[in-house]
Amino acid sequence: MNAGPLASAGAGAAAPGVLRRDDLDRLLDAIRRRGFRLVGPVVRDGAICYDDISSAADLPAGWTDEQDAATYRLRRRDDQALFGYNVGPQSWKKYLFPAVSRLGVPGTADSAGAAEPERFAFIGVRACELRAIAIQDRVFTGGRHADPEYAANREYAFLVAVNCGQAASTCFCVSMSAGPRAEAGFDLALTELLDSADHPGGHRFLVEAGTPRGAEVLAEAGASPAPAGDVAAADAVTERTAAAMERSMPAIDLRDLLYDNLEHPRWDDVASRCLACGNCTMVCPTCFCFSVEETTDLTGAGGAGDERQRSWDSCFTLDHSYLHGGPVRTSTRSRYRQWMTHKLATWQDQFGTSGCVGCGRCIAWCPVGIDITEEVGAIAADD
Amino acid sequence: MPQTIEQELHRQEFFAGLDQEYLALIAGCARNAAFGDGEFLFREGQPAETFYLVREGAVALEITAPGRVFTVQTVGAGELAGFSWLIGPQRWQFDGRAVGRVHAVELAGACLRAKCDADPRLGYDLMRRFADLAARRLQATRLQLLDVYGHAHAG
Amino acid sequence: MRTLAEAAAGRPWTESPAWRVTANRPESHDTVTLELEPPEPFGFEPGQFNMLRVPGIGEVPISISGDPTRPGPVLHTIRDVGAVTHALCTLRPGQTAGVRGPYGTSWPVRAAEGGDVVIVAGGIGLPPLRPAIYHVLAHPGSYGRLVLLYGARTPADLLFTGELAAWRARPGVTVEVTVDTAGRDWDGKVGVVPDLVAPNLNGKAAFDPGAAVAFAVGPEIMMRFAVRALLAAGVAEDRVFLSMERDMQCAAALCGHCQLGPFLLCRDGPVLGYRPLARWMSVREL
Repeated sequence: MNAGPLASAGAGAAAPGVLRRDDLDRLLDAIRRRGFRLVGPVVRDGAICYDDISSAADLPAGWTDEQDAATYRLRRRDDQALFGYNVGPQSWKKYLFPAVSRLGVPGTADSAGAAEPERFAFIGVRACELRAIAIQDRVFTGGRHADPEYAANREYAFLVAVNCGQAASTCFCVSMSAGPRAEAGFDLALTELLDSADHPGGHRFLVEAGTPRGAEVLAEAGASPAPAGDVAAADAVTERTAAAMERSMPAIDLRDLLYDNLEHPRWDDVASRCLACGNCTMVCPTCFCFSVEETTDLTGAGGAGDERQRSWDSCFTLDHSYLHGGPVRTSTRSRYRQWMTHKLATWQDQFGTSGCVGCGRCIAWCPVGIDITEEVGAIAADD
Repeated sequence: MPQTIEQELHRQEFFAGLDQEYLALIAGCARNAAFGDGEFLFREGQPAETFYLVREGAVALEITAPGRVFTVQTVGAGELAGFSWLIGPQRWQFDGRAVGRVHAVELAGACLRAKCDADPRLGYDLMRRFADLAARRLQATRLQLLDVYGHAHAG
Repeated sequence: MRTLAEAAAGRPWTESPAWRVTANRPESHDTVTLELEPPEPFGFEPGQFNMLRVPGIGEVPISISGDPTRPGPVLHTIRDVGAVTHALCTLRPGQTAGVRGPYGTSWPVRAAEGGDVVIVAGGIGLPPLRPAIYHVLAHPGSYGRLVLLYGARTPADLLFTGELAAWRARPGVTVEVTVDTAGRDWDGKVGVVPDLVAPNLNGKAAFDPGAAVAFAVGPEIMMRFAVRALLAAGVAEDRVFLSMERDMQCAAALCGHCQLGPFLLCRDGPVLGYRPLARWMSVREL
């Protein structure tokens, strides 16, 4: 029998613990006591969104999401799983890279009125989201000029990951090597184990620590050492999720494929469907484009009265490529091509990684159901 | 009624007065080509291995800059697109795009050059025809450049 | 590997200290050279740019157009084409503009040593090349001829005309100027800049192409034709360099606007070699 990653973890790794579902609040309280603002998934407006939480009672117990191209619905589960869904329309960039913010370093005169930077604790970060955060880390802090706001928000962020127990039909993290198992970049990683005939023992979580402070919190929460059976069960959960994945990105060199096919007729085909609404860029956890605007405060309250703000921008807007009195990318065709080739290909040259984590949000939230894996497949079929 | 390539070339004003035997030689380097509306016949920067005698429709010579597409000329029925193959440089200077459905005779540059090299009389004749075409295009371009309909330039 | 704290420390990318205008010199009907005094020592490489900000109006990238070895005010040649450039062009000495920089890649003046340096400039393309010209002129022993091929729309649009005459008079320097159209009061060349590369009917270049390096800036169409002319004249493909332009907002490789295919022009450009750039230049709406 093959031992899964947890079961075969080396002697040096901190041993995983197990925490009963009803004791989860001990974990959350231990984190809060350290001065973190807890943010996690909640049901709101027919979706699972990220918001402030105070306890496990705020989590979407018993909910799941049904997703497909242009489709997202919440459905009741027949159990009380706290993390029995995948990803909703929001991502953690909502906090690390807010949609609108005053430019400048938090807490300095350059952003008058801003308080100390927040210390966020993200509860329920999926493997694909961990990868997306790592990708944005590279963009915002890995170059010559780091972004102070992102750096400040990210510096102390406490990440509690969750290993997915199910795959939405829109998920394709396996083919992007970004999941479903959280491998690195977390303080704690939870795998939810539901009470079942195969694995009796009550609704509980296998918890791994990924950092010393994660291990401290885990100890403070009173987790017991995880029995081998629970460790194996947790490995089985992620293996089952990986096997259930329906979509995949073709296993080819996407960079070469797209570089060689910038005039492929498929771009015309997708342009006939794409509304250039930009939803994909809003929901994508790695999209980072922003625009800078002067904002003037007539009262002079913002210091010298000359302020700037930055806000999320989308390459689907005509303004995004404005040059010499007009856009460079005038047609929807060119803008869709820009988004997809950036995400999958030119991002690699710019930042050394892919820009895509296979979370599938762009597929679910596209109003006309454009599927990035299908578009790549169509171009690859000709190649 | 379908015509042979040779008959088609004979119909074209561009080759008026050319010896029958030369028309036959040229036809050996020619074939019919058809393009749908918006299809590119040739792209800027690509090797200019061919030129086109337009039979039906029109070809727009386009050049692009960020955010803009310019049509510098249209080549219609009976006219010729492409002299880079003969006079050089041997790369297309513009994009050629079909306006509406285009039927054209496509002539192969290397094939024709070889025949001109083998028979300088043919080469001289073709060179004169292309020089005439180039001169007419140049005059037209100068007129276009004057922007005679526009307001006065500064200075 | 820096910690995030280290990365965020030091001057944030948004900070744009006020520099005082020491001179505003008109160069043509729509272009001025603004001299701005840095509040602390400032250095730049030829081809780099600063972000100039007018609070409340906006911020734009402007190439530095002066001599990199001269201390004191930093020169920026600006064409009035929009709200921000208009505000900059109308600044008076004593007023200030926010300045941050320098950003971007520079002309490979050291790699160019040993051969002729061909500068091909169209219109407002000359200012970002002028620092490279100054560098070559200051190191005559390191280079062959300096060949400047420059054109503008009309004679009134020509920049730095006094300097053009002074450069032309120096040994080892060729200056050829042309305009697209002109009236009776112009006795210079009328024609296009790319045609200056190989003006003789025998197709030979006005310089020795063997070890030549070429730097070109101008409207993209002009640059494409100029590159063709340079390559046809025998300049090696990997010795041609261009300065490209796209919308720029952060200049810090963070905002995503200045992308040209795989290149972030604020970081990988604006100066790019023709060889890596070639396949991207001919793609429409890139």
